[in-house]
Amino acid sequence: MSVEVVVTGLGATTPLGGDVASTWDAMLAGKSGVSPLTQDWAAQLTVRIAAQLAVEPSTVIDRIQARRLDRSEMTAIVAAREAWADAGSPEVDKLRLAVSVGTGIGGAQTLLNQDDILEASGPRKVSPHTVPMLMPNGPAAWVGLELGAQAGVHCVASACATGAEAIAHALDLIRLGRADVVVAGGTEAVIHPLPIAGFAAMRAMSIRNDDPERASRPWDKGRDGFVLGEGAGVIVLERADHARARGARIYARLAGAGLTSDGYDIVQPHPEGDGAVRAIDFALRDAGIAKSDVVHVNAHATSTPVGDLAEIKALHRALGDHPLLTSTKSMTGHLLGAAGAVESIATILAIYHGIVPPTINLDEPDDELDLEVVTHKARHLDIPAALNNSFGFGGHNAALVFARA
Amino acid sequence: MSTREEIAGGLAEILEEVAGVNPDDVAEEKSFTDDLDVDSLSMVEVVVAAEEKFGVKIPDDEVPNLKTVGDAVSYIVKSQA
Repeated sequence: MSVEVVVTGLGATTPLGGDVASTWDAMLAGKSGVSPLTQDWAAQLTVRIAAQLAVEPSTVIDRIQARRLDRSEMTAIVAAREAWADAGSPEVDKLRLAVSVGTGIGGAQTLLNQDDILEASGPRKVSPHTVPMLMPNGPAAWVGLELGAQAGVHCVASACATGAEAIAHALDLIRLGRADVVVAGGTEAVIHPLPIAGFAAMRAMSIRNDDPERASRPWDKGRDGFVLGEGAGVIVLERADHARARGARIYARLAGAGLTSDGYDIVQPHPEGDGAVRAIDFALRDAGIAKSDVVHVNAHATSTPVGDLAEIKALHRALGDHPLLTSTKSMTGHLLGAAGAVESIATILAIYHGIVPPTINLDEPDDELDLEVVTHKARHLDIPAALNNSFGFGGHNAALVFARA
Repeated sequence: MSTREEIAGGLAEILEEVAGVNPDDVAEEKSFTDDLDVDSLSMVEVVVAAEEKFGVKIPDDEVPNLKTVGDAVSYIVKSQA
């Protein structure tokens, strides 16, 4: 008998809001978090739009602590504090509390800013906080420090699958008896000219600079790439009997997870979605849930010409033609290492409240889109179980199945 | 050349900026670590900022000797002489 794992707390800071409630309200209202980049450095770039945080994390974190934090660490802390408070700030055995918070890229802004200081002023002016700010395990470590977690602090890195894979890792930790409670999710904050130039050089990003709110348009004929976003999502996962014993509110079960790799290309998804199909199959078997019960999918769908359709093929093969899809990236942009975590929160809330947030900007569906998508307006739906997909550069495929508790 | 008082005041400004120390708490007899909660990484920042502010060099092997604000003031006074 498998150990049951439930979600008891949610936290986020996103381009749509500084917490879960404001993010969720904006999603249900179909709002876009994408705006022009007005910074001086943006003028020279081909991509001059991004989904920037709605609330500056430095305004909600103590000034002295903020001096020691990369932006991706601040966002992780903001989301983790909210998730922990949302779970009721429980008194738990810290020896049985773990953290699994990943990042796709890590403290790139710190690395690049400190390199500017090195070049301009020499090595002695480089901050002594540089290394703990740029190390990719920094966000997980800081969250662990905030909570006093002593059952292990882990950092998964699988590019845009990171947030989901970190949650899958947390599931394993609880099932293996290594922790009772795991604070899990992902964070990313790389709105900086270098990462943008790099993604733009791959021709992966939308250049709809004159119409930012319409730039992220998954499955639409006019889609031309993803829109970079920043933020963090963190959830509290807990062994079900532990949660029930303390009378916790339970949002949903994390019923199963599937992780696979394409073994095909460093950045291109497998054209038939083979690896994604295997990840979804695995997650369903792991969850012991019939595909007919999975009536909703929060898709990876980043608004790229190739990736969006490969996922559709995979969903057909793995689930059939019944699930109702959405891509909340149409509103949040692509949060890279935080995407799987923020989208897990959207999936969990869809189950909990029985409503699916819309995919905005899907005005003219691609001819090959042959699954139903909730477009423009949120739709009520009774959801016994839902799937959250995340795929990452490197050929990572992560599928999470959440179910009604 | 600055007076001891001016240097202590300058250090208080740096300590507030770097480590959030209340300037009213800064006095010559106060220990950086024990009284003002300045950890080793912040101490590095304080030293680098003090070098710039007072136009002195504080070698790394001297830093462990700067236990109190007064120690730092004395070292800076001596270096400026």
